[in-house]
Amino acid sequence: MTSGSHNAAAGRTGWTRRRLPRPIGVVLGAVVTLGLTFLGLLTVTFFIGRVVPIDPVLAAVGDHASATAYERARVELGLNLPLWQQFLVYVKNAAVGDFGESVLTANPVFEDIKRVFPATLELATLGTILGVLFGIPMGVIAAVHKGRWPDQLVRVFGLLGYSVPVFWLGLIGLLLFYAKLDWVAGPGRLDIAYDYIVDPVTGMLLIDSLIAGEMEVFANACSHIALPAIILGYFSLAYISRMTRSFMLEQLGQEYITTARVKGLSETRVIWGHALGNVMVPLVTVIALSYASLLEGSVLTEIVFAWPGLGQYITNSLLQADMNAVLGGTVVVGTVFISLNLLSDLLYRLLDPRAK
Amino acid sequence: MRRLLGAAAIAAMAWNTPAAFAETPKDTLVMAHVIDDIITLDPAEIFEFSGAEYAGNTYDRLIGYEVDDVSKIFGVVAESWNISDDGKTYTFKIRPGIKFVSGNPLTAEDAAFSLQRAIILDKSPAFILTQFGFTPENAKEKIKADGDVLTIETDQVYAPTFLLYCLTATISSVVDKKEVMAHEEDGDLGHKWLRTAYAGSSAFKLRQWKANEVLTLDRNDDYWGEMPVMKRVVIRHISEPATQRLLLEKGDIDIARKLGADQLAGLEGNTDIRVRQGEKGAVYYLGLNQKNEYLSKPQVRQALKYLVDYKGIEQTIMKGKATIHQAFLPKGFLGALTETPFSLDIAKAKSLLAEAGLPDGFNVTMDTRNTAEITEMAQSIQSTFAQAGIKLEIIPGDGKQTLTKYRARNHDIYIGRWGPDYQDPHTNADTFARNPDNSDDAKSKPLAWRNAWDIPEMTKNADAAVLERDAAERAKMYIALQREHQQVSPFVVMLQEIEVIAERVNSKGFIIGPAFDDNRYYKVTKD
Repeated sequence: MTSGSHNAAAGRTGWTRRRLPRPIGVVLGAVVTLGLTFLGLLTVTFFIGRVVPIDPVLAAVGDHASATAYERARVELGLNLPLWQQFLVYVKNAAVGDFGESVLTANPVFEDIKRVFPATLELATLGTILGVLFGIPMGVIAAVHKGRWPDQLVRVFGLLGYSVPVFWLGLIGLLLFYAKLDWVAGPGRLDIAYDYIVDPVTGMLLIDSLIAGEMEVFANACSHIALPAIILGYFSLAYISRMTRSFMLEQLGQEYITTARVKGLSETRVIWGHALGNVMVPLVTVIALSYASLLEGSVLTEIVFAWPGLGQYITNSLLQADMNAVLGGTVVVGTVFISLNLLSDLLYRLLDPRAK
Repeated sequence: MRRLLGAAAIAAMAWNTPAAFAETPKDTLVMAHVIDDIITLDPAEIFEFSGAEYAGNTYDRLIGYEVDDVSKIFGVVAESWNISDDGKTYTFKIRPGIKFVSGNPLTAEDAAFSLQRAIILDKSPAFILTQFGFTPENAKEKIKADGDVLTIETDQVYAPTFLLYCLTATISSVVDKKEVMAHEEDGDLGHKWLRTAYAGSSAFKLRQWKANEVLTLDRNDDYWGEMPVMKRVVIRHISEPATQRLLLEKGDIDIARKLGADQLAGLEGNTDIRVRQGEKGAVYYLGLNQKNEYLSKPQVRQALKYLVDYKGIEQTIMKGKATIHQAFLPKGFLGALTETPFSLDIAKAKSLLAEAGLPDGFNVTMDTRNTAEITEMAQSIQSTFAQAGIKLEIIPGDGKQTLTKYRARNHDIYIGRWGPDYQDPHTNADTFARNPDNSDDAKSKPLAWRNAWDIPEMTKNADAAVLERDAAERAKMYIALQREHQQVSPFVVMLQEIEVIAERVNSKGFIIGPAFDDNRYYKVTKD
């Protein structure tokens, strides 16, 4: 599902004429791809969901229910039907956006996701922005100073971010910045005192509070999101900086760089303009994938920070065998991956002169 | 790995003394809890710990009992009651002047409707009522309202407290008939609506439930009983205990409800925090499947009861969270047996195994849910079993997964926890000591069935106990039943659960009751 080769344009600076592909063809292609991918996704998750050795009726009625209550719930959940029939019913409903009701929350799955996804989206977006803002420059600096101390420093810093478990980092972060230093607010999205002030519009508190003009709520939400966002940002920074470094090294060894230098261009221009310009193409894919993986919901981060996001929702549903919720959540994650891939494809075409 | 790092983080907390703490609002009680078990807010369906606690604080029942002495039953919605001479008809006089939050007056009609509704909906806890012979068909005929009187007619003469205790259960909560029926869809008696809404009359009312996130209750300012001091109660879902501890020490919550043994140990010496506990009804036990050729030998069952390090488990793994208990009725119940005849005794177990013709032990598996406490208990049991030559293989699994296997009788040994459904002794006798039909397609599948323990005699004794009208006599019957059960049953009852809360010292009055729906907020105050 990745978009093409990571080998950036070689021997050219990339500043040639941009040509957009025919829009209709792209849209049609995208729709077909989307449809097929979704069908595959639904099929696989549905059947995995049915072969796991967990009785889904238990999620609905619990362990103490009588035999009649149990049997009725089984029928209500449609589990008495043959498997293929269950699947058809499911696909038919999913096609019109009805993922059924979550057994655990008593809400339609769609409503649940509408509630939990914005929390994850807010966090993942901030995390990715931080990761990009710091990760790319760090990667470039590391590549330019390959083998010297700035490179080592970036490597160690990145390695830490990549290998230290988010769970632990989160707890230590809370301990230091929340409990000890009091720089940030604690777990959760908002202080109790600010509950029920802002009406949910987008579900993203930072945006909703701005819409409502409640600056105090906005500040409190910022204080709550800062630490988890920085931790996710660190994680994505580690990945992005390492990838940037390796892409940059590849570019810096190319002849066109030597040519540019010979032409007397400043080193800044050569590195940040020419080399980085070409690196942007594969980097878009890297960033998109890193963003998508954060949008799945970083379960451990969400647990430590009591962040009511998609990751906790899907994990919890999975453990309780709430299959409607799991399937609904999976479709959302699938949509995120597919659309980010489409987006990076599109950007790829925009950025890479050779992709026509 | 995760546990190890968690421990490291907790160790790091040792140097942590919160700089300054943000206080919660004075009129709001804020708790950190694990509330992902709530799957419904309809009292006719609620059967989960957190859900029961919600209903206990938001709905009134006909009667209640003292949390310190459950034998003292008092009227709540019912002002008084009496039982007919033939012992089958119970009449309740409804207290005048109670209003639902909707403004509708609470009448005998609402009380009758609530019980009928629970029986007709027939959700998981419905058996608590239907065991008295009520069916969706006859509910309206057996449970009737007339003026301010509610009449309930049972199919047999039962011990009076049996029905009374069942009427204190969550399923017997009184709901607002008008309000509920206004939201009826396709004859569902308002069930779909009430799953996420509220129609009660008690001290607190529902403000908002966001699943896996927060449950907020507001004070019911029109409440007819003792008015709570707190205007609002916020229960936040914080699944990570280390996070709960941080929030508590920092003062962002008043009470932490789900701390592990290590967090509790870490709080010792913190003068801002008070730790309190109360005995709960749940028991931890091993279920030995009688389909297994070794476990079905009486001497083997007996031997295994001498191969558990009860003391060690109580004082380390379950420190502060459970006490040794070896009978199926938990302390606090009528007729509970408190004798603990078993302790770790390898020599005795070995001789019993030799008697059974298994001097070198045998191989057996145990399905173990992968939570820290259960896993550690299983490991302790594995090591003590090994001392008598029994090779125990632990099969870890997610809770629902191990339970699915257990319910299908496909286990050898299952390490489980069982909580009573209502305050009458029959609740546990019914499942541990009754098995009316041991066939694979039996209609009723109690714990005795799950372990394939065929006990026609004991089933009769348990049935007799539920019909005995004299309380003292009845208690004796349960004691006798448990003494026999303790020795011969395929259940190794090990511990009784304790609920622990950690609260900031300025918060007082949270009531830890014996059942999960007895945890009450109305007396909470904050200085």
